[in-house]
Amino acid sequence: MSKPIVSIMNVEKWYGENHVVKNMNMNIAEGEFLTLLGPSGCGKTTTLRMISGFEMPTSGAIKVQGESVEKKEPYQRDVNTVFQNYALFPNMNVYDNVAYGLKVKKVPKDEIHERVTEALKMVQLEGFEKRRITQMSGGQKQRVAIARAIINRPKVLLLDEPLGALDLKLRKQMQIELKRLQKKLGITFVYVTHDQEEALTMSDRIAIINQGRIEQLDTPVEIYERPKTKFVANFIGETNLLDAVVLGMNGNTAEVATENGKALINVDPKKGVVVGDSIGISIRPENMMFDRKPVEGFNIKAVVKEQIFVGNLIKMILNLNDGTEIKINRFDEADLAAPGEVVYLYWEQKKGVVIKETKMVDTDSTRDIQGGDPDAEE
Amino acid sequence: MQKSNEKKEFHRSKKTKKEMLTQVLMRAPMCVWALLFILAPMVLLAFMSFMTKGPLGIIQYKFTTENYKDMADAVYATVIKQSLVVAGWTTLLTVLLGYPLANFIAKVKSKTSTILTVLLMLPLWVSGLVVLYSFVILLNNSGIINTVLLNLGIIGKPLQMLYNNFAVVAGMLYMFLPFAVLPMYSSIEKLDGGLIEASKDLGAGPVKTFMKVTLPLTSPGIFAAVILTFIPCIGYYMVTDMLGGGTNMMIGNLIYRQFTISRNWPFGAALSMVLALIILLMVFIYTKLGGDLDDLGA
Repeated sequence: MSKPIVSIMNVEKWYGENHVVKNMNMNIAEGEFLTLLGPSGCGKTTTLRMISGFEMPTSGAIKVQGESVEKKEPYQRDVNTVFQNYALFPNMNVYDNVAYGLKVKKVPKDEIHERVTEALKMVQLEGFEKRRITQMSGGQKQRVAIARAIINRPKVLLLDEPLGALDLKLRKQMQIELKRLQKKLGITFVYVTHDQEEALTMSDRIAIINQGRIEQLDTPVEIYERPKTKFVANFIGETNLLDAVVLGMNGNTAEVATENGKALINVDPKKGVVVGDSIGISIRPENMMFDRKPVEGFNIKAVVKEQIFVGNLIKMILNLNDGTEIKINRFDEADLAAPGEVVYLYWEQKKGVVIKETKMVDTDSTRDIQGGDPDAEE
Repeated sequence: MQKSNEKKEFHRSKKTKKEMLTQVLMRAPMCVWALLFILAPMVLLAFMSFMTKGPLGIIQYKFTTENYKDMADAVYATVIKQSLVVAGWTTLLTVLLGYPLANFIAKVKSKTSTILTVLLMLPLWVSGLVVLYSFVILLNNSGIINTVLLNLGIIGKPLQMLYNNFAVVAGMLYMFLPFAVLPMYSSIEKLDGGLIEASKDLGAGPVKTFMKVTLPLTSPGIFAAVILTFIPCIGYYMVTDMLGGGTNMMIGNLIYRQFTISRNWPFGAALSMVLALIILLMVFIYTKLGGDLDDLGA
């Protein structure tokens, strides 16, 4: 990794009795698109606000370009923010909103005009200079907010759920535009969202945050293909999680016993899994397979409960002996099993992911994701 | 657009006679009240201002514009000037003192701010007469302030604080501060904290943020405070009477005298009309600047 532009070192944040950020360490590289992803209340916005200077860490240090920023007020920091609710000045028109950062820095008028025009062009709002903010739609306001934040040419642009208030179609379009803009400007983007799809689409790296801790900081592919914790496996995309005990090792293949039968799975030797370990197994619905008779090495029985046709794929829901729900995605209609049929589950050994956690069954934290209101952020 | 219009018409045509009757009945008391206590007196006053003063304070029903022309007299010009000066100073000081107070009340916890608002309103529950007598006791030559300062040896002889513009402005300030703080409090409280953060984020320090964001966005509250202070101030005669020592007359005093001592009702009416017009003009400017009449307690 190239030289970090933002370093977060051993940062802790308490709000009274609430421990919102727990021993956070993170290096953000110059020019990268980093997303802080997590359920609401996980501390991702707080982290962002500590970088912008609106919150102070209880302990630990934050450096921007190698320089400690603790003593710097928000208006002295070389970072700018795109706020969640736009926070555009209603008493100014589009031009004055965008020009604000330059005006307070006493930049000459000609240069202001030039740079505002350029910024508005970049977000495709030429000709809207004289518009009042109240006359703009949500998507347009969002563009003004972005133009206003990049006008100062910050080293780092912080974005706090900037697309949260837009409808789905516009959001998808803005995701692509934002990514393009980031590449064009070469500015580091630190992006906060609770939308995993958004994170996967846009980011160079994603930091998955849960209950104030970084669970995994990796590229989207790594996070999707090789989740390190159960929380990550569950939070990013759909998955089937099974608890298992390692019965034997044969090279890289582990023979495991789940509560519903035996199975085989590939284990990365770096994980240091030994016989007797309790592990978690994550199988994505598209990798879960079934057959009418037991497959060698596998002995997990399931009853088909439902088949749901969702256009490009067919979702199957099955039940294991102990009631655990299993999801399977099939991409063609051939060889489906009807509801009520008993089948045997298996998977390609290399498609399964072994998760080694000290505490395996952490149902509380996984349940939180589903139950939480995604809009109620901190 | 067209659809909503159709909908509206649909509703209108559907309104039955019974509904109409209910509406009329519900609006009637308010209309009668406004007619009797607002419109009728104003019309009467306007009518009277064009009548002639007869001997012994009798009104002669003969049209004249003399009452308005009389106002050009230098004596009255002085009174009007005096009124504007006192009201102007009072308004300025009220807003300057009231804004930080309003800001403070808006920023503390909601429980504390409720207590502070009640404390702010407390003086309004005391009779104005009692308040003004307290000012006399406070500012008198042998009053509390002078006695303390004399005994401490800070001053050699008593300060003349009563019966001048200082006393009048101080009294007015005390009377009108609560009315000025409330609208400013309401506009500061409504201000989106995110805008302040956005300003700071873009590099503006506290002073610049205040000048460019906070002040313009709370200006409706400030203007409401100006109107709520300036207007009653210019017509309020009790403070001038008691703390001004009768030497500093304001329009309010002048009108009061026309109706009570001079018995020149037509001239008093004309003065009232002019005062009403000034007030209307100010409210008009206020609404033109984007002010909300609700903030004035209308």
